[in-house]
Amino acid sequence: MDVTTLAAVEGNLATIGYGLAAIGPGIGLGILIGKTIEGMARQPEVSGQLRATMFIGVAFVEVLALLGLVTGFIF
Amino acid sequence: MGNLLAAVVSAEAADSGESKSYIERMFSSDGFHAPSITDFFPPALFGDGTIFEFNRIMMVRLIAAIALIVVFAIVAQRAKVVPGRFQASIEFLLDFVKDQIVEPVMGHEGKRFLPILTTIFLAIVFFNITGVIPFLNIASTSLIGLPIIMALWVYVLYLAHGVKKHGLGGYLKNSLFPPGVPKAIYLLLTPIEFLQVFILRPATLALRLAANMIAGHLLLVLCFSATQYFFFAASGAMKATGAVTFAAGFAFTLFEVFVALLQAYVFTMLAAVYLNMALEEEH
Repeated sequence: MDVTTLAAVEGNLATIGYGLAAIGPGIGLGILIGKTIEGMARQPEVSGQLRATMFIGVAFVEVLALLGLVTGFIF
Repeated sequence: MGNLLAAVVSAEAADSGESKSYIERMFSSDGFHAPSITDFFPPALFGDGTIFEFNRIMMVRLIAAIALIVVFAIVAQRAKVVPGRFQASIEFLLDFVKDQIVEPVMGHEGKRFLPILTTIFLAIVFFNITGVIPFLNIASTSLIGLPIIMALWVYVLYLAHGVKKHGLGGYLKNSLFPPGVPKAIYLLLTPIEFLQVFILRPATLALRLAANMIAGHLLLVLCFSATQYFFFAASGAMKATGAVTFAAGFAFTLFEVFVALLQAYVFTMLAAVYLNMALEEEH
């Protein structure tokens, strides 16, 4: 064994990459959905509109995590 | 059960050449077969190597499309003023698109887009749901081709209606130069808006749908192939873990039904939002 190699990683680094890619969207979804619930609790009469807007936002945040999933397969 | 079979079949595909029957394979194990991306590229059924190559996933897509047409042809033919149970559930889907997607996003103006958006929604529901139907077991949208077609459809739709309403110059000005910012900011803003409107919107529409379905399928296969491994290869207390993954497989199957509907909802919702943005007056 090469003595200058102190640490080595075997296998596919993409596995770690997906974990990292999921952190940001995870936090984002938490804030997004939490705030929507807050808004719904304050004003139940607009909850339909809030829910629709939330799903649009969820779609934008979610795609970041999904990009992480896809790149794991590509690279 | 169908999923379990699919897991075994994919394990079979991983090391073909041995002559064991599916049943024999199902109750014995030669190690753990993790699901992989090769599951989405099954061998061709016929037309191998030509552009008409027909494989299992194409077959599933065909079945889903035929099911969609047949279901709606039957309901339309037997439509009654007082709907029966079957007709009522179909009408619920149609009403859902109208009341939950088109009306809140586009208002009364959206009425003329109701047919096309409903078609998009129902097509995606039917193509997604094949992922949890026993013996089909793969979402038709889990290969990127079909989502790209759907996304291009929406892309052409909103560009065409935007240009039709505002003219080419008016539409470009509307979407690339949002008003209310200092002139110098356009140096930054216009390229970003250009990327958004012409590349990122359709690309993310297609990717979101495909990646969701790929992840769902991998999750299900992982659960059921782990169950098979735990039951027939692991020893002692590890066998009991199989019961957990087996239950998890069923729970995730229900979750996948939810995801299939949710993704159809999100796709149609975004299509309506993009269409609305293209049609908006000067904002």
